[in-house]
Amino acid sequence: MTIFLLRRLGQSLVALFGVMTLVFFIQRLTGDPTYLLVPETATQADIEAMRHALGLDRALVVQYVDFLWDTLRFDFGKSFIQNVPVTTIIASRLPYTLQLAGGALLVAIAIGLPVGLLLALARKQRWTNILMGVVLAAQSMPTFWSGILMILLFGVGLGWLPPSGSGSFAHLIMPSIALGLLSMATYARITRSSVLDELSKDYIRSAKARGVKTGRLVTRHLLRNSAIPVISITALEISQLLAGAVIVETVFAWPGLGLLTVQSVVSRDFVVVQGVVLLGALVTIMMNFLADILYSFVDPRIRLDGVSG
Amino acid sequence: MMKLLKTLREAFFPKSAKGIPVGVFVAIVAVLVLVAILAPLLAPVGPNTQNLMGRLKPPGTVARGTMFILGSDELGRDLLSRLIYGARVSLSVAFLSVVLSGCLGTVLGMAAGYKRGWVETIIMRVVDIFLSIPAILLAIITVAVLGPGFINVILVLALTRWPRYARVAYGQTLAVANMPYVRLSKAMGASWIRILGLHILPNIIAALSVVATLEFGLMVLFEAGLSFLGLGVQPPMASWGAMLSVGRNYVSNAWWIATFPGICLFLLVLSVNLIGDRLSEYLNPKSR
Repeated sequence: MTIFLLRRLGQSLVALFGVMTLVFFIQRLTGDPTYLLVPETATQADIEAMRHALGLDRALVVQYVDFLWDTLRFDFGKSFIQNVPVTTIIASRLPYTLQLAGGALLVAIAIGLPVGLLLALARKQRWTNILMGVVLAAQSMPTFWSGILMILLFGVGLGWLPPSGSGSFAHLIMPSIALGLLSMATYARITRSSVLDELSKDYIRSAKARGVKTGRLVTRHLLRNSAIPVISITALEISQLLAGAVIVETVFAWPGLGLLTVQSVVSRDFVVVQGVVLLGALVTIMMNFLADILYSFVDPRIRLDGVSG
Repeated sequence: MMKLLKTLREAFFPKSAKGIPVGVFVAIVAVLVLVAILAPLLAPVGPNTQNLMGRLKPPGTVARGTMFILGSDELGRDLLSRLIYGARVSLSVAFLSVVLSGCLGTVLGMAAGYKRGWVETIIMRVVDIFLSIPAILLAIITVAVLGPGFINVILVLALTRWPRYARVAYGQTLAVANMPYVRLSKAMGASWIRILGLHILPNIIAALSVVATLEFGLMVLFEAGLSFLGLGVQPPMASWGAMLSVGRNYVSNAWWIATFPGICLFLLVLSVNLIGDRLSEYLNPKSR
Protein backbone atom coordinates (compact mmCIF):
# COMPACT_ATOMS: atom_id res chain seq x y z
CA MET A 1 0.00 0.00 0.00
CA THR A 2 2.79 2.41 0.89
CA ILE A 3 4.56 1.71 -2.39
CA PHE A 4 1.36 2.35 -4.30
CA LEU A 5 0.76 5.59 -2.41
CA LEU A 6 4.29 6.83 -3.01
CA ARG A 7 4.20 5.93 -6.69
CA ARG A 8 0.90 7.72 -7.17
CA LEU A 9 2.14 10.72 -5.19
CA GLY A 10 5.23 10.86 -7.39
CA GLN A 11 3.04 10.91 -10.50
CA SER A 12 0.98 13.76 -9.06
CA LEU A 13 4.08 15.80 -8.33
CA VAL A 14 5.32 15.27 -11.88
CA ALA A 15 1.94 16.42 -13.18
CA LEU A 16 2.06 19.49 -10.93
CA PHE A 17 5.53 20.37 -12.14
CA GLY A 18 4.35 19.85 -15.72
CA VAL A 19 1.36 22.15 -15.26
CA MET A 20 3.57 24.94 -13.94
CA THR A 21 5.89 24.48 -16.91
CA LEU A 22 2.94 24.55 -19.30
CA VAL A 23 1.60 27.79 -17.80
CA PHE A 24 5.08 29.30 -18.00
CA PHE A 25 5.15 28.45 -21.71
CA ILE A 26 1.63 29.73 -22.35
CA GLN A 27 2.67 33.08 -20.81
CA ARG A 28 5.32 33.31 -23.51
CA LEU A 29 3.19 32.18 -26.47
CA THR A 30 3.27 35.65 -27.95
CA GLY A 31 6.89 36.26 -27.07
CA ASP A 32 7.02 38.87 -24.32
CA PRO A 33 4.79 38.38 -21.27
CA THR A 34 5.35 42.02 -20.19
CA TYR A 35 2.53 43.06 -22.52
CA LEU A 36 0.14 40.78 -20.63
CA LEU A 37 0.92 42.54 -17.37
CA VAL A 38 0.99 46.24 -18.18
CA PRO A 39 -2.20 48.27 -18.62
CA GLU A 40 -3.15 49.08 -22.23
CA THR A 41 -2.32 52.75 -21.68
CA ALA A 42 1.32 52.09 -20.71
CA THR A 43 4.05 53.97 -22.59
CA GLN A 44 7.18 52.35 -23.95
CA ALA A 45 9.14 53.64 -20.92
CA ASP A 46 6.58 52.11 -18.55
CA ILE A 47 6.93 48.79 -20.33
CA GLU A 48 10.73 48.88 -20.06
CA ALA A 49 10.52 49.76 -16.37
CA MET A 50 7.98 47.04 -15.73
CA ARG A 51 10.03 44.46 -17.61
CA HIS A 52 12.98 45.25 -15.40
CA ALA A 53 10.96 45.44 -12.19
CA LEU A 54 9.44 42.02 -12.85
CA GLY A 55 12.77 40.50 -13.79
CA LEU A 56 11.49 39.61 -17.25
CA ASP A 57 14.78 40.82 -18.77
CA ARG A 58 16.73 38.06 -17.02
CA ALA A 59 17.75 34.74 -18.54
CA LEU A 60 14.78 32.46 -19.27
CA VAL A 61 16.09 29.68 -17.01
CA VAL A 62 16.34 32.08 -14.05
CA GLN A 63 12.78 33.29 -14.68
CA TYR A 64 11.57 29.71 -14.91
CA VAL A 65 13.15 28.61 -11.62
CA ASP A 66 11.86 31.78 -9.97
CA PHE A 67 8.33 31.12 -11.25
CA LEU A 68 8.37 27.53 -9.98
CA TRP A 69 9.64 28.62 -6.55
CA ASP A 70 7.04 31.37 -6.19
CA THR A 71 4.20 29.10 -7.25
CA LEU A 72 5.26 26.36 -4.85
CA ARG A 73 5.03 28.89 -2.03
CA PHE A 74 1.52 29.84 -3.22
CA ASP A 75 2.85 33.23 -4.23
CA PHE A 76 0.91 33.86 -7.43
CA GLY A 77 2.21 37.42 -7.80
CA LYS A 78 0.43 40.72 -7.47
CA SER A 79 -2.37 42.18 -9.54
CA PHE A 80 -1.22 45.47 -11.08
CA ILE A 81 -4.74 46.56 -11.77
CA GLN A 82 -6.03 46.13 -8.22
CA ASN A 83 -2.63 46.44 -6.52
CA VAL A 84 -3.38 43.49 -4.24
CA PRO A 85 -1.65 40.07 -4.02
CA VAL A 86 -3.44 37.49 -6.17
CA THR A 87 -3.71 35.09 -3.23
CA THR A 88 -5.76 37.68 -1.31
CA ILE A 89 -8.09 38.21 -4.26
CA ILE A 90 -8.57 34.48 -4.73
CA ALA A 91 -9.15 33.91 -1.01
CA SER A 92 -11.93 36.51 -0.97
CA ARG A 93 -13.78 34.79 -3.83
CA LEU A 94 -13.11 31.15 -2.98
CA PRO A 95 -15.91 30.71 -0.38
CA TYR A 96 -18.55 31.62 -2.98
CA THR A 97 -17.29 29.06 -5.45
CA LEU A 98 -17.10 26.39 -2.73
CA GLN A 99 -20.72 27.10 -1.73
CA LEU A 100 -21.81 26.85 -5.34
CA ALA A 101 -19.86 23.63 -5.98
CA GLY A 102 -21.24 22.12 -2.77
CA GLY A 103 -24.80 22.97 -3.74
CA ALA A 104 -24.29 21.60 -7.23
CA LEU A 105 -22.79 18.35 -5.93
CA LEU A 106 -25.76 17.93 -3.62
CA VAL A 107 -28.17 18.42 -6.54
CA ALA A 108 -26.18 16.03 -8.72
CA ILE A 109 -25.99 13.22 -6.18
CA ALA A 110 -29.47 13.60 -4.73
CA ILE A 111 -31.05 13.34 -8.17
CA GLY A 112 -28.44 11.39 -10.15
CA LEU A 113 -28.04 8.35 -7.87
CA PRO A 114 -31.74 7.43 -7.51
CA VAL A 115 -32.37 8.09 -11.20
CA GLY A 116 -29.46 5.86 -12.21
CA LEU A 117 -30.60 3.09 -9.88
CA LEU A 118 -34.13 3.35 -11.23
CA LEU A 119 -32.91 3.26 -14.83
CA ALA A 120 -31.00 0.05 -14.13
CA LEU A 121 -33.62 -1.76 -12.03
CA ALA A 122 -36.58 -0.90 -14.25
CA ARG A 123 -34.72 -1.16 -17.54
CA LYS A 124 -37.38 -3.39 -19.11
CA GLN A 125 -40.12 -0.80 -18.63
CA ARG A 126 -40.77 1.47 -21.58
CA TRP A 127 -41.02 4.68 -19.54
CA THR A 128 -37.35 4.46 -18.63
CA ASN A 129 -36.61 5.43 -22.24
CA ILE A 130 -38.19 8.79 -21.49
CA LEU A 131 -36.19 9.19 -18.28
CA MET A 132 -33.02 8.28 -20.18
CA GLY A 133 -33.97 10.91 -22.74
CA VAL A 134 -34.22 13.51 -19.97
CA VAL A 135 -30.78 12.51 -18.68
CA LEU A 136 -29.29 12.79 -22.16
CA ALA A 137 -30.99 16.14 -22.65
CA ALA A 138 -29.51 17.42 -19.38
CA GLN A 139 -26.12 16.41 -20.66
CA SER A 140 -26.49 18.34 -23.91
CA MET A 141 -27.95 21.45 -22.32
CA PRO A 142 -25.39 24.23 -22.28
CA THR A 143 -25.30 25.57 -18.71
CA PHE A 144 -25.48 29.15 -19.93
CA TRP A 145 -28.77 28.35 -21.63
CA SER A 146 -30.38 26.28 -18.88
CA GLY A 147 -29.34 29.05 -16.48
CA ILE A 148 -30.99 31.75 -18.59
CA LEU A 149 -34.15 29.64 -18.97
CA MET A 150 -34.34 29.24 -15.21
CA ILE A 151 -33.89 32.98 -14.71
CA LEU A 152 -36.63 33.53 -17.28
CA LEU A 153 -39.03 31.10 -15.60
CA PHE A 154 -38.37 31.32 -11.85
CA GLY A 155 -36.73 34.71 -11.63
CA VAL A 156 -38.63 36.88 -14.08
CA GLY A 157 -41.82 34.93 -14.85
CA LEU A 158 -42.85 33.45 -11.50
CA GLY A 159 -40.72 35.69 -9.31
CA TRP A 160 -39.97 32.87 -6.86
CA LEU A 161 -36.21 33.30 -6.79
CA PRO A 162 -33.82 36.23 -7.18
CA PRO A 163 -32.64 36.23 -10.83
CA SER A 164 -28.97 36.88 -10.03
CA GLY A 165 -26.46 38.07 -7.47
CA SER A 166 -25.63 36.71 -4.04
CA GLY A 167 -26.45 37.31 -0.40
CA SER A 168 -29.00 34.75 0.71
CA PHE A 169 -29.69 31.05 0.46
CA ALA A 170 -32.32 31.72 -2.21
CA HIS A 171 -29.61 33.19 -4.42
CA LEU A 172 -27.74 29.90 -4.32
CA ILE A 173 -30.58 27.66 -5.51
CA MET A 174 -30.70 28.37 -9.24
CA PRO A 175 -26.92 28.44 -9.85
CA SER A 176 -26.57 25.15 -7.96
CA ILE A 177 -29.21 23.46 -10.09
CA ALA A 178 -27.77 24.87 -13.33
CA LEU A 179 -24.29 23.69 -12.43
CA GLY A 180 -25.43 20.39 -10.93
CA LEU A 181 -27.52 19.31 -13.92
CA LEU A 182 -24.55 18.17 -15.98
CA SER A 183 -23.02 16.18 -13.11
CA MET A 184 -26.45 14.77 -12.37
CA ALA A 185 -26.46 13.22 -15.85
CA THR A 186 -22.99 11.79 -15.27
CA TYR A 187 -24.02 10.26 -11.93
CA ALA A 188 -27.17 8.78 -13.40
CA ARG A 189 -25.30 7.17 -16.27
CA ILE A 190 -22.43 5.84 -14.17
CA THR A 191 -24.79 4.47 -11.52
CA ARG A 192 -26.92 2.86 -14.19
CA SER A 193 -24.07 1.08 -15.95
CA SER A 194 -22.42 0.10 -12.69
CA VAL A 195 -25.61 -1.42 -11.28
CA LEU A 196 -26.32 -3.18 -14.59
CA ASP A 197 -22.81 -4.61 -14.46
CA GLU A 198 -23.34 -6.02 -10.97
CA LEU A 199 -26.84 -7.30 -11.73
CA SER A 200 -25.46 -9.77 -14.24
CA LYS A 201 -23.07 -11.31 -11.73
CA ASP A 202 -23.44 -14.71 -10.08
CA TYR A 203 -23.68 -13.54 -6.48
CA ILE A 204 -26.83 -11.57 -7.24
CA ARG A 205 -28.40 -14.56 -8.92
CA SER A 206 -27.53 -16.83 -6.02
CA ALA A 207 -28.80 -14.28 -3.51
CA LYS A 208 -32.07 -14.14 -5.43
CA ALA A 209 -32.19 -17.95 -5.44
CA ARG A 210 -31.65 -17.97 -1.67
CA GLY A 211 -34.77 -15.83 -1.42
CA VAL A 212 -33.18 -12.56 -0.30
CA LYS A 213 -35.82 -9.83 -0.39
CA THR A 214 -35.52 -7.22 -3.13
CA GLY A 215 -35.00 -4.30 -0.71
CA ARG A 216 -32.24 -6.10 1.12
CA LEU A 217 -30.73 -7.32 -2.15
CA VAL A 218 -30.45 -3.75 -3.39
CA THR A 219 -29.16 -2.12 -0.20
CA ARG A 220 -26.89 -4.87 1.12
CA HIS A 221 -25.57 -6.51 -2.02
CA LEU A 222 -26.06 -4.38 -5.09
CA LEU A 223 -25.36 -0.85 -3.88
CA ARG A 224 -22.17 -1.73 -2.00
CA ASN A 225 -20.60 -3.36 -4.98
CA SER A 226 -21.68 -0.82 -7.54
CA ALA A 227 -20.44 2.04 -5.35
CA ILE A 228 -16.84 1.87 -6.55
CA PRO A 229 -17.14 3.75 -9.86
CA VAL A 230 -19.62 6.16 -8.27
CA ILE A 231 -17.25 7.08 -5.44
CA SER A 232 -14.30 7.58 -7.69
CA ILE A 233 -16.31 9.73 -10.07
CA THR A 234 -17.15 12.11 -7.20
CA ALA A 235 -13.56 13.25 -6.85
CA LEU A 236 -13.40 13.91 -10.60
CA GLU A 237 -16.78 15.66 -10.63
CA ILE A 238 -15.65 18.11 -7.96
CA SER A 239 -12.91 19.46 -10.19
CA GLN A 240 -15.39 19.50 -13.09
CA LEU A 241 -17.78 21.57 -11.00
CA LEU A 242 -15.09 24.08 -10.09
CA ALA A 243 -14.29 24.54 -13.78
CA GLY A 244 -17.95 24.63 -14.79
CA ALA A 245 -18.46 27.44 -12.29
CA VAL A 246 -16.77 29.81 -14.75
CA ILE A 247 -19.86 29.96 -16.94
CA VAL A 248 -22.56 29.48 -14.33
CA GLU A 249 -21.14 32.26 -12.16
CA THR A 250 -21.16 34.60 -15.16
CA VAL A 251 -24.80 33.75 -15.93
CA PHE A 252 -25.96 34.40 -12.37
CA ALA A 253 -23.45 37.14 -11.48
CA TRP A 254 -22.31 34.93 -8.60
CA PRO A 255 -19.12 36.52 -7.24
CA GLY A 256 -16.89 33.43 -7.14
CA LEU A 257 -13.63 32.44 -8.81
CA GLY A 258 -15.25 31.86 -12.19
CA LEU A 259 -16.64 35.36 -12.48
CA LEU A 260 -13.30 36.66 -11.21
CA THR A 261 -11.47 34.81 -14.01
CA VAL A 262 -13.71 36.20 -16.72
CA GLN A 263 -13.55 39.74 -15.33
CA SER A 264 -9.78 39.45 -15.12
CA VAL A 265 -9.43 38.37 -18.74
CA VAL A 266 -11.59 41.29 -19.82
CA SER A 267 -9.66 43.80 -17.70
CA ARG A 268 -6.38 42.22 -18.86
CA ASP A 269 -5.34 41.25 -15.33
CA PHE A 270 -3.30 38.26 -16.44
CA VAL A 271 -1.71 37.33 -13.08
CA VAL A 272 -5.15 36.70 -11.58
CA VAL A 273 -6.17 34.46 -14.49
CA GLN A 274 -2.93 32.56 -14.10
CA GLY A 275 -3.46 32.18 -10.36
CA VAL A 276 -6.93 30.70 -10.82
CA VAL A 277 -5.70 28.32 -13.51
CA LEU A 278 -2.83 27.10 -11.31
CA LEU A 279 -5.23 26.63 -8.41
CA GLY A 280 -7.71 24.78 -10.66
CA ALA A 281 -4.99 22.45 -11.90
CA LEU A 282 -3.78 21.84 -8.34
CA VAL A 283 -7.29 20.91 -7.23
CA THR A 284 -7.75 18.64 -10.25
CA ILE A 285 -4.47 16.83 -9.64
CA MET A 286 -5.29 16.43 -5.95
CA MET A 287 -8.75 15.11 -6.74
CA ASN A 288 -7.38 12.62 -9.26
CA PHE A 289 -4.93 11.43 -6.62
CA LEU A 290 -7.73 11.17 -4.08
CA ALA A 291 -9.93 9.26 -6.53
CA ASP A 292 -7.21 6.66 -7.07
CA ILE A 293 -6.59 6.28 -3.35
CA LEU A 294 -10.31 5.90 -2.63
CA TYR A 295 -10.60 3.43 -5.44
CA SER A 296 -7.80 1.29 -4.08
CA PHE A 297 -9.30 1.36 -0.59
CA VAL A 298 -12.66 0.13 -1.79
CA ASP A 299 -11.23 -2.41 -4.20
CA PRO A 300 -7.93 -3.96 -3.06
CA ARG A 301 -7.39 -5.63 -6.44
CA ILE A 302 -6.44 -2.28 -7.96
CA ARG A 303 -3.79 -1.67 -5.33
CA LEU A 304 -2.13 -4.98 -6.11
CA ASP A 305 -2.16 -4.26 -9.82
CA GLY A 306 -0.61 -0.90 -9.17
CA VAL A 307 2.36 -2.42 -7.39
CA SER A 308 3.06 -5.24 -9.76
CA GLY A 309 2.41 -3.19 -12.91
CA MET B 1 -12.61 2.99 -45.85
CA MET B 2 -15.33 0.55 -46.88
CA LYS B 3 -15.24 -0.87 -43.38
CA LEU B 4 -15.76 2.60 -41.96
CA LEU B 5 -18.69 3.26 -44.29
CA LYS B 6 -20.29 -0.03 -43.35
CA THR B 7 -19.73 0.74 -39.69
CA LEU B 8 -21.33 4.13 -40.06
CA ARG B 9 -24.31 2.79 -41.99
CA GLU B 10 -25.05 0.06 -39.49
CA ALA B 11 -24.61 2.45 -36.59
CA PHE B 12 -27.01 5.02 -38.00
CA PHE B 13 -29.66 2.68 -39.32
CA PRO B 14 -29.59 -0.37 -37.07
CA LYS B 15 -31.84 -3.23 -38.09
CA SER B 16 -33.72 -3.27 -34.79
CA ALA B 17 -34.12 0.38 -33.98
CA LYS B 18 -35.46 1.27 -30.54
CA GLY B 19 -36.62 4.72 -29.58
CA ILE B 20 -36.01 7.50 -32.06
CA PRO B 21 -33.92 6.25 -34.97
CA VAL B 22 -30.55 7.94 -34.99
CA GLY B 23 -31.16 8.90 -38.61
CA VAL B 24 -33.38 11.69 -37.28
CA PHE B 25 -30.42 13.23 -35.47
CA VAL B 26 -28.22 12.82 -38.53
CA ALA B 27 -30.90 14.69 -40.46
CA ILE B 28 -30.93 17.54 -37.90
CA VAL B 29 -27.18 17.95 -38.19
CA ALA B 30 -27.38 17.72 -41.99
CA VAL B 31 -30.06 20.46 -42.10
CA LEU B 32 -27.96 22.73 -39.87
CA VAL B 33 -24.90 22.14 -42.07
CA LEU B 34 -26.96 23.00 -45.17
CA VAL B 35 -28.31 26.13 -43.50
CA ALA B 36 -24.76 27.18 -42.64
CA ILE B 37 -23.53 26.65 -46.18
CA LEU B 38 -26.50 28.37 -47.82
CA ALA B 39 -26.68 31.17 -45.24
CA PRO B 40 -26.55 34.10 -47.72
CA LEU B 41 -29.43 32.59 -49.72
CA LEU B 42 -31.62 31.73 -46.72
CA ALA B 43 -31.22 34.75 -44.46
CA PRO B 44 -34.00 37.32 -44.98
CA VAL B 45 -31.58 40.23 -44.38
CA GLY B 46 -27.89 40.60 -43.60
CA PRO B 47 -26.85 39.42 -40.12
CA ASN B 48 -25.52 42.86 -39.20
CA THR B 49 -28.19 45.01 -40.83
CA GLN B 50 -29.40 47.31 -38.07
CA ASN B 51 -32.84 48.76 -37.87
CA LEU B 52 -32.82 51.11 -34.92
CA MET B 53 -36.56 51.74 -35.20
CA GLY B 54 -37.16 48.03 -34.82
CA ARG B 55 -35.22 47.24 -31.66
CA LEU B 56 -36.25 44.37 -29.35
CA LYS B 57 -39.34 43.54 -31.40
CA PRO B 58 -41.07 40.24 -30.55
CA PRO B 59 -41.34 37.44 -33.14
CA GLY B 60 -43.69 38.19 -36.01
CA THR B 61 -43.43 41.98 -35.80
CA VAL B 62 -43.34 43.99 -39.00
CA ALA B 63 -41.19 47.12 -38.75
CA ARG B 64 -40.27 49.39 -41.64
CA GLY B 65 -41.29 46.79 -44.20
CA THR B 66 -39.23 43.93 -42.72
CA MET B 67 -40.86 41.05 -40.97
CA PHE B 68 -38.96 39.87 -37.89
CA ILE B 69 -39.98 36.20 -37.98
CA LEU B 70 -38.12 35.39 -34.77
CA GLY B 71 -37.99 38.93 -33.46
CA SER B 72 -35.10 41.39 -33.34
CA ASP B 73 -32.25 42.09 -30.96
CA GLU B 74 -31.08 45.20 -29.10
CA LEU B 75 -29.78 46.83 -32.31
CA GLY B 76 -32.81 45.89 -34.39
CA ARG B 77 -30.98 43.11 -36.18
CA ASP B 78 -33.10 40.23 -37.49
CA LEU B 79 -32.71 37.30 -35.09
CA LEU B 80 -33.44 34.65 -37.73
CA SER B 81 -30.69 35.97 -40.00
CA ARG B 82 -28.24 36.07 -37.14
CA LEU B 83 -29.17 32.52 -36.15
CA ILE B 84 -28.54 31.34 -39.70
CA TYR B 85 -25.15 33.03 -39.84
CA GLY B 86 -24.44 31.83 -36.30
CA ALA B 87 -24.70 28.24 -37.55
CA ARG B 88 -21.73 29.03 -39.80
CA VAL B 89 -19.61 30.11 -36.86
CA SER B 90 -20.58 27.21 -34.60
CA LEU B 91 -20.10 24.53 -37.22
CA SER B 92 -16.95 25.89 -38.78
CA VAL B 93 -15.19 26.51 -35.45
CA ALA B 94 -16.14 23.03 -34.24
CA PHE B 95 -15.21 21.37 -37.53
CA LEU B 96 -11.86 23.07 -37.93
CA SER B 97 -10.83 22.60 -34.32
CA VAL B 98 -11.80 18.91 -34.41
CA VAL B 99 -9.83 18.39 -37.63
CA LEU B 100 -6.77 20.23 -36.30
CA SER B 101 -6.70 18.67 -32.84
CA GLY B 102 -7.69 15.27 -34.27
CA CYS B 103 -4.80 15.21 -36.74
CA LEU B 104 -2.29 16.46 -34.20
CA GLY B 105 -3.45 14.09 -31.47
CA THR B 106 -3.69 11.06 -33.74
CA VAL B 107 -0.21 11.50 -35.18
CA LEU B 108 1.36 12.03 -31.76
CA GLY B 109 -0.63 9.20 -30.16
CA MET B 110 0.27 6.75 -32.92
CA ALA B 111 3.91 7.76 -32.77
CA ALA B 112 3.93 7.21 -28.99
CA GLY B 113 2.25 3.81 -29.28
CA TYR B 114 4.40 2.58 -32.15
CA LYS B 115 7.84 4.01 -31.39
CA ARG B 116 7.67 3.40 -27.63
CA GLY B 117 10.77 4.33 -25.58
CA TRP B 118 11.47 7.99 -24.91
CA VAL B 119 9.05 9.18 -27.62
CA GLU B 120 6.26 7.43 -25.73
CA THR B 121 7.38 8.79 -22.36
CA ILE B 122 7.59 12.40 -23.49
CA ILE B 123 4.36 12.48 -25.50
CA MET B 124 2.24 10.67 -22.94
CA ARG B 125 3.59 12.75 -20.05
CA VAL B 126 2.67 15.92 -21.94
CA VAL B 127 -0.78 14.44 -22.57
CA ASP B 128 -1.21 13.82 -18.83
CA ILE B 129 -0.18 17.37 -18.04
CA PHE B 130 -2.63 18.88 -20.52
CA LEU B 131 -5.43 16.69 -19.17
CA SER B 132 -4.78 17.78 -15.60
CA ILE B 133 -5.79 21.38 -16.26
CA PRO B 134 -9.59 21.77 -16.50
CA ALA B 135 -10.31 22.25 -20.21
CA ILE B 136 -12.23 25.50 -19.91
CA LEU B 137 -9.53 27.09 -17.74
CA LEU B 138 -6.82 26.01 -20.18
CA ALA B 139 -8.82 27.55 -23.01
CA ILE B 140 -9.39 30.78 -21.06
CA ILE B 141 -5.75 31.31 -20.13
CA THR B 142 -4.73 30.68 -23.74
CA VAL B 143 -7.31 33.19 -24.96
CA ALA B 144 -6.00 35.64 -22.35
CA VAL B 145 -2.57 35.40 -23.98
CA LEU B 146 -3.51 35.15 -27.66
CA GLY B 147 -6.56 37.40 -27.54
CA PRO B 148 -10.10 36.51 -28.68
CA GLY B 149 -11.33 36.19 -32.27
CA PHE B 150 -12.51 33.61 -34.79
CA ILE B 151 -9.10 32.18 -35.79
CA ASN B 152 -7.74 32.31 -32.24
CA VAL B 153 -10.70 30.35 -30.86
CA ILE B 154 -9.99 27.57 -33.37
CA LEU B 155 -6.30 27.61 -32.46
CA VAL B 156 -7.04 27.59 -28.73
CA LEU B 157 -9.44 24.66 -29.04
CA ALA B 158 -7.04 22.70 -31.25
CA LEU B 159 -4.16 23.40 -28.91
CA THR B 160 -6.07 22.35 -25.81
CA ARG B 161 -8.02 19.34 -27.10
CA TRP B 162 -5.44 17.19 -28.96
CA PRO B 163 -4.53 15.07 -25.88
CA ARG B 164 -7.95 13.40 -25.97
CA TYR B 165 -7.22 11.95 -29.41
CA ALA B 166 -3.60 11.20 -28.52
CA ARG B 167 -4.68 9.04 -25.61
CA VAL B 168 -7.14 7.00 -27.67
CA ALA B 169 -4.78 6.70 -30.66
CA TYR B 170 -2.02 5.60 -28.31
CA GLY B 171 -4.07 2.87 -26.63
CA GLN B 172 -5.43 1.60 -29.93
CA THR B 173 -2.00 1.60 -31.57
CA LEU B 174 -0.55 -0.43 -28.71
CA ALA B 175 -3.22 -3.04 -29.31
CA VAL B 176 -2.58 -3.25 -33.04
CA ALA B 177 1.20 -2.74 -33.19
CA ASN B 178 2.01 -6.35 -32.35
CA MET B 179 -0.37 -7.94 -34.83
CA PRO B 180 1.34 -10.44 -37.18
CA TYR B 181 0.65 -8.36 -40.29
CA VAL B 182 2.29 -5.31 -38.76
CA ARG B 183 5.34 -7.33 -37.73
CA LEU B 184 5.53 -8.90 -41.17
CA SER B 185 5.33 -5.54 -42.86
CA LYS B 186 8.12 -4.29 -40.60
CA ALA B 187 10.23 -7.35 -41.37
CA MET B 188 9.80 -6.67 -45.07
CA GLY B 189 11.36 -3.27 -44.54
CA ALA B 190 8.35 -0.94 -44.65
CA SER B 191 9.08 2.50 -43.21
CA TRP B 192 7.30 3.42 -39.98
CA ILE B 193 5.35 6.13 -41.74
CA ARG B 194 4.04 3.56 -44.18
CA ILE B 195 3.15 1.13 -41.42
CA LEU B 196 1.33 3.78 -39.38
CA GLY B 197 -0.57 5.16 -42.34
CA LEU B 198 -1.37 1.94 -44.17
CA HIS B 199 -1.74 -0.67 -41.46
CA ILE B 200 -2.42 1.01 -38.15
CA LEU B 201 -4.50 4.06 -39.02
CA PRO B 202 -7.26 2.11 -40.83
CA ASN B 203 -7.62 -0.10 -37.76
CA ILE B 204 -7.91 2.66 -35.22
CA ILE B 205 -9.88 5.22 -37.19
CA ALA B 206 -13.24 3.82 -36.06
CA ALA B 207 -12.45 4.41 -32.38
CA LEU B 208 -11.08 7.85 -33.21
CA SER B 209 -14.24 8.75 -35.12
CA VAL B 210 -16.26 8.21 -31.92
CA VAL B 211 -13.96 10.54 -30.02
CA ALA B 212 -14.15 13.08 -32.83
CA THR B 213 -17.96 12.98 -32.85
CA LEU B 214 -18.26 13.50 -29.11
CA GLU B 215 -15.57 16.18 -29.23
CA PHE B 216 -17.47 17.94 -32.01
CA GLY B 217 -20.44 18.40 -29.69
CA LEU B 218 -18.13 19.59 -26.95
CA MET B 219 -16.39 22.05 -29.29
CA VAL B 220 -19.73 23.57 -30.27
CA LEU B 221 -20.39 24.10 -26.55
CA PHE B 222 -16.89 25.45 -25.97
CA GLU B 223 -17.13 27.98 -28.78
CA ALA B 224 -20.54 29.08 -27.57
CA GLY B 225 -19.27 29.19 -23.99
CA LEU B 226 -16.22 31.29 -24.85
CA SER B 227 -18.32 33.61 -27.01
CA PHE B 228 -20.86 33.84 -24.21
CA LEU B 229 -18.08 34.96 -21.87
CA GLY B 230 -16.96 37.50 -24.49
CA LEU B 231 -13.72 35.59 -25.07
CA GLY B 232 -14.67 33.91 -28.33
CA VAL B 233 -15.89 35.24 -31.64
CA GLN B 234 -16.07 39.02 -31.41
CA PRO B 235 -19.01 41.27 -32.31
CA PRO B 236 -20.55 42.02 -34.71
CA MET B 237 -19.96 38.47 -35.99
CA ALA B 238 -23.04 36.39 -35.14
CA SER B 239 -22.41 33.51 -32.74
CA TRP B 240 -25.06 31.61 -30.83
CA GLY B 241 -23.05 31.95 -27.63
CA ALA B 242 -22.67 35.71 -28.00
CA MET B 243 -26.38 36.04 -28.81
CA LEU B 244 -27.20 34.18 -25.60
CA SER B 245 -25.01 36.56 -23.68
CA VAL B 246 -26.94 39.54 -25.08
CA GLY B 247 -30.18 37.70 -24.41
CA ARG B 248 -29.20 37.29 -20.78
CA ASN B 249 -29.13 41.07 -20.38
CA TYR B 250 -32.58 41.46 -21.90
CA VAL B 251 -34.09 38.39 -20.29
CA SER B 252 -36.81 40.34 -18.53
CA ASN B 253 -38.16 42.18 -21.59
CA ALA B 254 -37.09 40.18 -24.67
CA TRP B 255 -37.22 36.43 -23.98
CA TRP B 256 -36.77 35.54 -27.66
CA ILE B 257 -33.16 36.71 -27.92
CA ALA B 258 -31.88 34.01 -25.56
CA THR B 259 -34.43 31.34 -26.38
CA PHE B 260 -33.84 30.68 -30.07
CA PRO B 261 -30.02 30.43 -30.11
CA GLY B 262 -30.34 28.16 -27.08
CA ILE B 263 -32.70 25.82 -28.92
CA CYS B 264 -30.34 25.66 -31.91
CA LEU B 265 -27.34 24.90 -29.69
CA PHE B 266 -29.26 22.31 -27.72
CA LEU B 267 -30.53 20.52 -30.83
CA LEU B 268 -27.10 20.49 -32.47
CA VAL B 269 -25.25 19.27 -29.39
CA LEU B 270 -27.89 16.69 -28.47
CA SER B 271 -27.93 15.30 -32.00
CA VAL B 272 -24.15 15.08 -32.21
CA ASN B 273 -23.93 13.44 -28.77
CA LEU B 274 -26.57 10.86 -29.62
CA ILE B 275 -24.84 10.05 -32.89
CA GLY B 276 -21.60 9.61 -30.98
CA ASP B 277 -23.28 7.42 -28.36
CA ARG B 278 -24.82 5.19 -31.00
CA LEU B 279 -21.49 4.95 -32.78
CA SER B 280 -19.67 3.94 -29.63
CA GLU B 281 -22.37 1.44 -28.66
CA TYR B 282 -22.05 -0.09 -32.08
CA LEU B 283 -18.27 -0.37 -31.78
CA ASN B 284 -18.38 -1.74 -28.21
CA PRO B 285 -21.32 -4.14 -28.27
CA LYS B 286 -20.67 -5.04 -24.62
CA SER B 287 -22.08 -1.72 -23.39
CA ARG B 288 -25.41 -2.26 -25.18
